[in-house]
Amino acid sequence: MDTVQKWLKKPLTSIVISIVLGFVVGAVVLSVAGYNPLEAYAAMFRGIFSKPKYMAQVVIKSTPLILTGLSVAFAFKTGLFNIGAEGQYIIGSVAAVLVGAKLSLPPVLHFLAVVLAAMVAAGLWGCFAGFLKAKFGINEVITCIMLNWIALYFNNFMIQMPWLKKPGAEASYEVQRSAWSMVLGNYKATEEGRQALLANPTLADVVLKTDLNYGILFAILAALLVWFVLNRTCKGFELRSVGFNSDAARFAGINVNRNIMHSMFIAGALAGLAGALQMTGVMPHRISMLAAQEGYGFDGISVALIANSSPIGCIFSGLLFGGLKYGGSAIQSTTGAPSEVINIVIGTIVFFIAMSTMFRVLADKLAKRGGKRHASHTDSGN
Amino acid sequence: MEQDANRYAVQMKGISKYFGSFCALDQVDLEVQKGTVHALLGENGAGKSTLMNVLYGLYQAEEGEILINGKPAQITSPNKAIELGIGMVHQHFMLVEPFTVAQNIILGSEKTGALGTIDTKAVRQEILELSEKYGLLVDPDEKIEDISVGMQQRVEILKALYRGVDILILDEPTAVLTPQEIHELIEIMHKLVADGKTIIIITHKLGEIKQSSDWCTIIRRGQYIDTVKVSDTTEEELASKMVGRAVNLHIEKGEAHPGEEIFRIEGLTVSDSRGIDKVKNLSLSVRRGEILGVAGIDGNGQKELVEAITNLVKAKGGTISILGQEIQNTTPLNTINHKISTIPEDRHKHGLVLDFTVAENMVLENYHKAPFSKKGVLQLGAINKFAKELIEKFDVRPTGCEGQLARGLSGGNQQKVIIGREVTNDPDLLIAVQPTRGLDVGAIEYVHRSLVEQRDKGKAVLLISLELDEVIDLSDRIAIIYDGSIVDVIDAKGADENEIGLKMAGGGK
Repeated sequence: MDTVQKWLKKPLTSIVISIVLGFVVGAVVLSVAGYNPLEAYAAMFRGIFSKPKYMAQVVIKSTPLILTGLSVAFAFKTGLFNIGAEGQYIIGSVAAVLVGAKLSLPPVLHFLAVVLAAMVAAGLWGCFAGFLKAKFGINEVITCIMLNWIALYFNNFMIQMPWLKKPGAEASYEVQRSAWSMVLGNYKATEEGRQALLANPTLADVVLKTDLNYGILFAILAALLVWFVLNRTCKGFELRSVGFNSDAARFAGINVNRNIMHSMFIAGALAGLAGALQMTGVMPHRISMLAAQEGYGFDGISVALIANSSPIGCIFSGLLFGGLKYGGSAIQSTTGAPSEVINIVIGTIVFFIAMSTMFRVLADKLAKRGGKRHASHTDSGN
Repeated sequence: MEQDANRYAVQMKGISKYFGSFCALDQVDLEVQKGTVHALLGENGAGKSTLMNVLYGLYQAEEGEILINGKPAQITSPNKAIELGIGMVHQHFMLVEPFTVAQNIILGSEKTGALGTIDTKAVRQEILELSEKYGLLVDPDEKIEDISVGMQQRVEILKALYRGVDILILDEPTAVLTPQEIHELIEIMHKLVADGKTIIIITHKLGEIKQSSDWCTIIRRGQYIDTVKVSDTTEEELASKMVGRAVNLHIEKGEAHPGEEIFRIEGLTVSDSRGIDKVKNLSLSVRRGEILGVAGIDGNGQKELVEAITNLVKAKGGTISILGQEIQNTTPLNTINHKISTIPEDRHKHGLVLDFTVAENMVLENYHKAPFSKKGVLQLGAINKFAKELIEKFDVRPTGCEGQLARGLSGGNQQKVIIGREVTNDPDLLIAVQPTRGLDVGAIEYVHRSLVEQRDKGKAVLLISLELDEVIDLSDRIAIIYDGSIVDVIDAKGADENEIGLKMAGGGK
């Protein structure tokens, strides 16, 4: 009994149970709608794992999600709810395109300049919400939501600029090739490289047919770095203490307001990095008119929740999320069931994780029964 | 048998209560005679509140039976308890602040007319009658937010009486009262008992038991220890039964050897968030090697005084200086850097980050200094080593808890973590605000000893406490604070409790 309890109390357990429950609910929905859930899920998993190309696509799709997830998780760990990852992502993308399209620099260096610009711009964007909270006590959730829309219209405004708008398109110029980050990007662009890659079916599949890029490495690196900063540095100590108990932190001489701004800057920079990697790594390498939010930032909230705000966990939950989104589209093409069912699955997972205290309550209930058993039983109890 | 049934208002037999696998109550018995004041004594966490929550229907016992007035009762909810004539006044009052006294008293048991209207006149009359009968004088039309804590407590008691309760449970009722108010409360209790009511009072204050109670049941770590007739016992005996060993109730301290004055507050004025002056032109000074106790009723500016010294709020006027350097209106870090350490009043809010480990809490102020960090990277080895040393030196239990969350420690051990940290900073001035709040006798003894130790090491100690006994016993000089100003500073030797109490309430002089 004790082992079951302990097991139930682990965060990872509730995450796994939530994921399973998510699939169960999805299956119920599919069955009710008259589709065979097993078939649908089989199609989804085939859509993820059956070809290296698919797996590469999942990785590509997951990269920005891992980073926006990290952005939200980092802010969570420091007591802030960064609902503004969406806007920070957009600002990051705009900055990335400005530097990527308008500046000419040698390869690698150009890429780094793009990344840096995006992170700084998005960081400042996030920091602004932090500043408003620190200075005037305005809740960051409110300002972040506002800033998301301001970012979206700023994006659309920039595209109207004649020096940025590509003639004939509702989009900007592309980021220059020198700043692209695709694996073997230049090589596969040459005829010679194309032929050489075609000779190897796997490589051809993964490298030629997808935008496989180095972004995932940056995402993993960022996760490791965030973990290190939070858990092993003075800055992280400050940030976490402010997050857990800002009163005690202030009492201990820690500058709470400055830390709020730092936290929002870092969170913004992480979301901005997602934008930069998307612009440099994935076709069409440009920003376009947005009618609505793209959702990278909002998906980041789910990713962070599924990861229980663990930076390392964000890598896996980002991959899970990307996998479900990408593989889910195979459900529709194979079984005809609407792929929206995947959104139901994801929503259910997040729902159960948000209710994860439930599992702890369950553990306590079990413990109670155990306790009752070893006491002589007289009261039927509740 | 028949006589027995009439004798006892409450009989709880073999009550056991588990929280998870933790046994909070283990076969506890409690028998309360009708028309008596019965004290329930125990340290924090001994299970006295749990036992009363079982009686009041907030918890269900796993085992045991309850008899009310000799009849077996199944108390499944507070409503059921009230039906059976049991009322409870919690430590934290459950009142609606913007409502009037009368509205609060009838809340939930309004007697309404045909159209759902409340006959305010009749209600007022009823309340006035009740309050007159027992000396519970309150103004039914006053709003709760405008009346004192002592008054609010009376409202709580009236609330119970209005519901026709004849067994009244009071949970630590004196924790928030002034000496005078405590006196009045005890009188009220005696009046209630004389009228045939039965009172159970939860407390760990021995002096009050002697004054107020007829019987006393002692529980320790969920176990029933003894029930004694209060008139046949001594405070020392009660204390040793409660703690399980002999305890020293009196603070042993030698003569103070005060040195030069190192800390001085001059004409300090601080206003609260609404702009009302809470500290008004306050001056005081502390010398090395002495404990200056600030005695006062809650809400007379103590909180704002501490906040100004620790630089959590800005002072409107005046100066705060240590060793000749002014520190007012700077930052909390500046206060700490001037070697002022503070044991805060609210250890959960200001003292600890509960979700940090004990080790992390121990370096909460020094994490950025060597050897705990190098070039901005925490040195976990050094931090843990330091934590282990402090845990041993300050006897924090359980041993080896440096990796545990501070949340998991008991109140006394949490306080030891804070004291260890603050004292190890080697301060010139140590401020202790309510340092024994919510601690049990053993831990209080420890805290008091630590403060005297610091004094004897030549530190200046500023003690701010609402417990007048504590201030009188521990201090070398006593500053009485009233309405934001120090109204008098007296020598602690031969200080008269009543005289101080009077000055605390704004009288005297």
